[in-house]
Formats: sequence, C-alpha cells, structure tokens
Amino acid sequence: MKKLSGRLLLFAFLLAIWLLLSAPFSREELIAGAIVSALISLFPFGSIPIFSEMRLTPKALIWGIAYLFVFLFELLKSNLDVAFRVLHPKLPIHPGIVKVKTKLNSRMGRLALANSITLTPGTITVETKDEYFYIHWIDVRARNIEETTRNIVSKFERYLEVIFG
Amino acid sequence: MQDLELIGGLLSVVGAVFLLLAAIGIIRMPDVYNRMQAGTKATTLGSILFLLGIGLANPDWLGKILLLVLFIVFTNPISSHVLARAAHHRGIPLAEGSVRDCLSDDEAGEEGGCE
Repeated sequence: MKKLSGRLLLFAFLLAIWLLLSAPFSREELIAGAIVSALISLFPFGSIPIFSEMRLTPKALIWGIAYLFVFLFELLKSNLDVAFRVLHPKLPIHPGIVKVKTKLNSRMGRLALANSITLTPGTITVETKDEYFYIHWIDVRARNIEETTRNIVSKFERYLEVIFG
Repeated sequence: MQDLELIGGLLSVVGAVFLLLAAIGIIRMPDVYNRMQAGTKATTLGSILFLLGIGLANPDWLGKILLLVLFIVFTNPISSHVLARAAHHRGIPLAEGSVRDCLSDDEAGEEGGCE
C-alpha cells in the first residue's frame, strides 16, 4: 500500500512538472506526458523517500497547504527582520550557535524542518546530530535549549509532525 | 493586461531591493556566518519576487517560473547549510561579540551552558 501511494505521488509529481514545463496547456502534451510519467513511475527501482514517506491522508494534505502559508509568512517576516538589521546604523546583531531539539522521527520530516529553518533568514542549520540541530542564529534571545526550541523549531514542527510524522 | 505588467514590474523592483539589501549585508556583517545570513537568505525572497514579477508580466512563462521558484526553494537551503557546516568544520571562528557557540562547546566536551 505504501509503495503504491509512493508511485502514485511520483506519477503526479512528474506529470505536474511536465505540464508546467510545456505550458501553455494542450491535450497532446497531456497525453504524452501521462504515458511517459506512468512508465517511469512503474519502473522497478527503489522508492524515492520524499514520496514514500509522506502521509497521504486528507489531514496531512490540508496541513501541508497550511504549512505552505505559515512558511511563506515566516519567510517574509524574517526577511524584513534581517533587512532591518542590515540597514540599522548600529547593526544590532547578537549572533551565536544554539542547540535545539526536535521531536520529528522520520528522515523526510527532519530534512524539511532543517531546510525550513535554513530558508528563513536569521537562522542556518549548521550541523545535525541525533535529535539535536545546531543552528546559527543572528539574534540569540533565549538562554536554554527549551526556549530556543520554542522560538525556532516549534512553529514549523507542529505542521511537519502531521505531514511526515 | 497592462495592470498585470504593472504589478509584475513592481514585484520585480521589490525583489531587486531585497537583493540590494543582501549585497549591503555582505559588506556590513562581521563574520562568514552572518554574511551568509544576509547573502544567501535575503536572496531567496529577492529572487522569488523577481521571478514572480517576470512571470506576471509575461503570463506565458508562469509555469516555468514556478518551476524555477521551486528549484530555488529546494536547493538554496542545502547549499547554504553545507557552506556553513564546512566553514565550522574548517574552524573559522565566530565574530567577536557572538553570544555563544554550542557546537564547538559540545565538540570539546564541555559541560553545561547549552542544555
């Protein structure tokens, strides 16, 4: 079952990329793309983790879309924050590398979390070790590991927990 | 049609402003990690807005533009993570005035501080 849903997702992903690439839309392109995508997704190679480890429940899907908006909002907010620090004459930064702890167990979930943290300006994931992430933070406000986790990780983790587990 | 072009142009300008801020950040920031904060990150929003602006001005290209945005979103964090990791492994110190460095502390086996 898990394998099948992984292949279905791969098929949808390939077809979506093909349709985006071959825009404007036409029926011939759709048919040709569907045939080739089906052949590729039926190919007997090992499953690709990003497709087989994602949960395909309606709840995960809705949270995935919500996550997209939460993420875009965070991206905008932190971009403005870093822009403000860059332009401020006193350069108000308090950089440092902090340690945070994640509850996520799946590889894809952790990958998504680490990449989300890196993509939002002000934080870069420097190293991961077991359940801990080491993060370079441009404005260290928190003292201990619980506070940093609450500040950096929790806002993404809530969603990723539902999507990837 | 005219309106879309106008909105697209405005978006491109905003994106270009973010790219300019990133360049200023690279000059002003004190060490390699902070430069990366400004240099690799402000460019994400900058290039995304810039590309979307072009996509709105030329709606035929919107599909390919969306693919480019996805490509940036998936590759940018990996490259900046690897750069930061390599810099830290190489032993490049944090700037003066940095609050703390938990990774070096943990590697040196020091107790407390980061828990």
